[in-house]
Amino acid sequence: MTAADQETSKIIGYALVAPATLLFVAIVLIPLAMTAVLSFNEWGQYSGIQSVITLKNWQEVITDGYYLEVFARTLRIALLVTLITAILGAPEAYILHRMSAPWKGIFLLVILGPLLISVVARTLGWALLFGGNSGVVNKALMNLGVIATPIPFMFTELGVIVALSHVLVPFMVLSVWASLQRLDPQIENAAVSLGAKQPTVLARIVLPQILPGLLSGAIIVFALAASAFASPAIIGGRRLKVAATLAYDEFLNTLNWPLGAVVAVLLLVGLMAIIVGTNRLVERRYAEVFR
Amino acid sequence: MSFLVLDQLTRRFGDHAAVDALSLAVERGEFVSLLGPSGCGKTTTLQMIAGFVVPTSGAIRLENHDLHSVHPSQRGLGIVFQSYALFPHLTVAENVAFGLQMRKIARAECQLRVTETLKLVGLDGFAERYPRRMSGGQQQRVALARALVIRPSILLLDEPLSNLDAKLREEMQIELRQIQRASGTTTILVTHDQAEAMALSDRIVVMNKGRVEQIAAPHEAYENPATPFVANFLGKTNLLEADGLGDTVRIGGSRWTIKQPLTGRLRATIRPERIKFAEPNPNNIGGIVKTRIFQGNHWLYQIETTAGLLTVIHPNSGAAPFRETDTVHLTWGASDMALRVEAAGSHAQ
Repeated sequence: MTAADQETSKIIGYALVAPATLLFVAIVLIPLAMTAVLSFNEWGQYSGIQSVITLKNWQEVITDGYYLEVFARTLRIALLVTLITAILGAPEAYILHRMSAPWKGIFLLVILGPLLISVVARTLGWALLFGGNSGVVNKALMNLGVIATPIPFMFTELGVIVALSHVLVPFMVLSVWASLQRLDPQIENAAVSLGAKQPTVLARIVLPQILPGLLSGAIIVFALAASAFASPAIIGGRRLKVAATLAYDEFLNTLNWPLGAVVAVLLLVGLMAIIVGTNRLVERRYAEVFR
Repeated sequence: MSFLVLDQLTRRFGDHAAVDALSLAVERGEFVSLLGPSGCGKTTTLQMIAGFVVPTSGAIRLENHDLHSVHPSQRGLGIVFQSYALFPHLTVAENVAFGLQMRKIARAECQLRVTETLKLVGLDGFAERYPRRMSGGQQQRVALARALVIRPSILLLDEPLSNLDAKLREEMQIELRQIQRASGTTTILVTHDQAEAMALSDRIVVMNKGRVEQIAAPHEAYENPATPFVANFLGKTNLLEADGLGDTVRIGGSRWTIKQPLTGRLRATIRPERIKFAEPNPNNIGGIVKTRIFQGNHWLYQIETTAGLLTVIHPNSGAAPFRETDTVHLTWGASDMALRVEAAGSHAQ
């Protein structure tokens, strides 16, 4: 191939990716940049947004303990939801993996089914189950003798964590299941033939090999939990705020767009830092499993 | 009492008998191959010995001890899987050491035995590699080392060489045999490759549709196949119809004198390499060369004769070979063919 040919094919390459790039720039990069710029604008109760550059909003969010509390709560909820979905989802995926022909398909559908229903509908379902002191969940737990007094689920972090875990567990199951599919079907038999008992097989052979799936599942669940809006809004209500509901309220209730923009940008940057950092660390640690 | 005894071993899946009343006695240190086409039940048999498949009926006895209630992890057998099933997240040394760790063997001895076994399979210097960074042949050796290091009472090999290319497969066959002889481990190999089974084993068990067709030494099964299936499966062969006339047997227009008198319709099995080209003679079989294929060390002929289409293998002696449409004359001795009375609807001798 001559230099001129190479030049032409390069141009054709750029031309082919141009439409997608333009779309991406128009619907992702430009709004993001505008939000970032907005976060530095001045806002007044009566004057509205003024296009002057100021650090006032950032100062307010960083120094006011209220915002710190909201971000800490968001992080706490996201971490606990990730942990719970991993503890529930990984065994669920393993059991699914070991099932035989007809049941495997049926239960995969059962796991994926909820994803077809809107998050709002599913969360409202939880709101019905929790519903105050005489809600179905509390009644059941009390009748079973598990608890003596009703647990407050509505408008608490616990309620938000339960609802979000339910909503997000399919992502964990799917992710772990995908990595189980890549497992050599004879590998467990190999370990057993060498004298390993089932718990040892799971801990030393299966778990290390599904770690990539578990970790990518964790990243998906963490990102979705930290930026979740519907579930915290419905179960947490207007007072128990997380970053996403806080940004929403600043934008649409207080109408303080610049402050909302700061919250949104902080959430995005924080999430990206955590996800990229974890991913780097894990890929380096488990290089052999990822190959 | 034999070392390992399979007694009327049967496994059914629904109505289908994958393994049907298989009986086999294996001596200590012996190398036995289960040979047959896919679906003949050889792998199921291996899985039953390993304990991964529970027999429907029959017994497996190791040193006169019934294995039925012994968990696979307690049987102490070394298994090499077709896919090798190495642990990709562990190094070669850790892979090999796994079985020793499960046996709670002290670290120092463990290290010694791992090094020793890796040397035996020719992998010293690879201890710190990860399996996915190795070639197929090397992975195969790791799998073998991992199975041998626990000093198994029996080594089970499930199509261990089928993922290797032809040249490497031959090298590994020779090496496998040397390692087996050196370690003295009783070995059962499952394979569909008749050449591999014949090259490696002391005895072969030819299986078809869940049943045993013949159990014999490779040479014996090749020369004296018990059934047409065995004759066909163990390399190329010619199956001809023959007439027994007491002291003589007639095929086409030719006659042979035989030691044991036979009468009636017979079936003759002649290996292609036993048929010789000869001078024109009334007692030789005449024919026309239909195809001729050069295979390096020999020529393969298909010859249309009065007795039917014959396959003939002629060594490449450097002499000018016959060509297609040439008229040729063929002969063989009475001892070169296996004769069997043809019973209606059965392959019994």
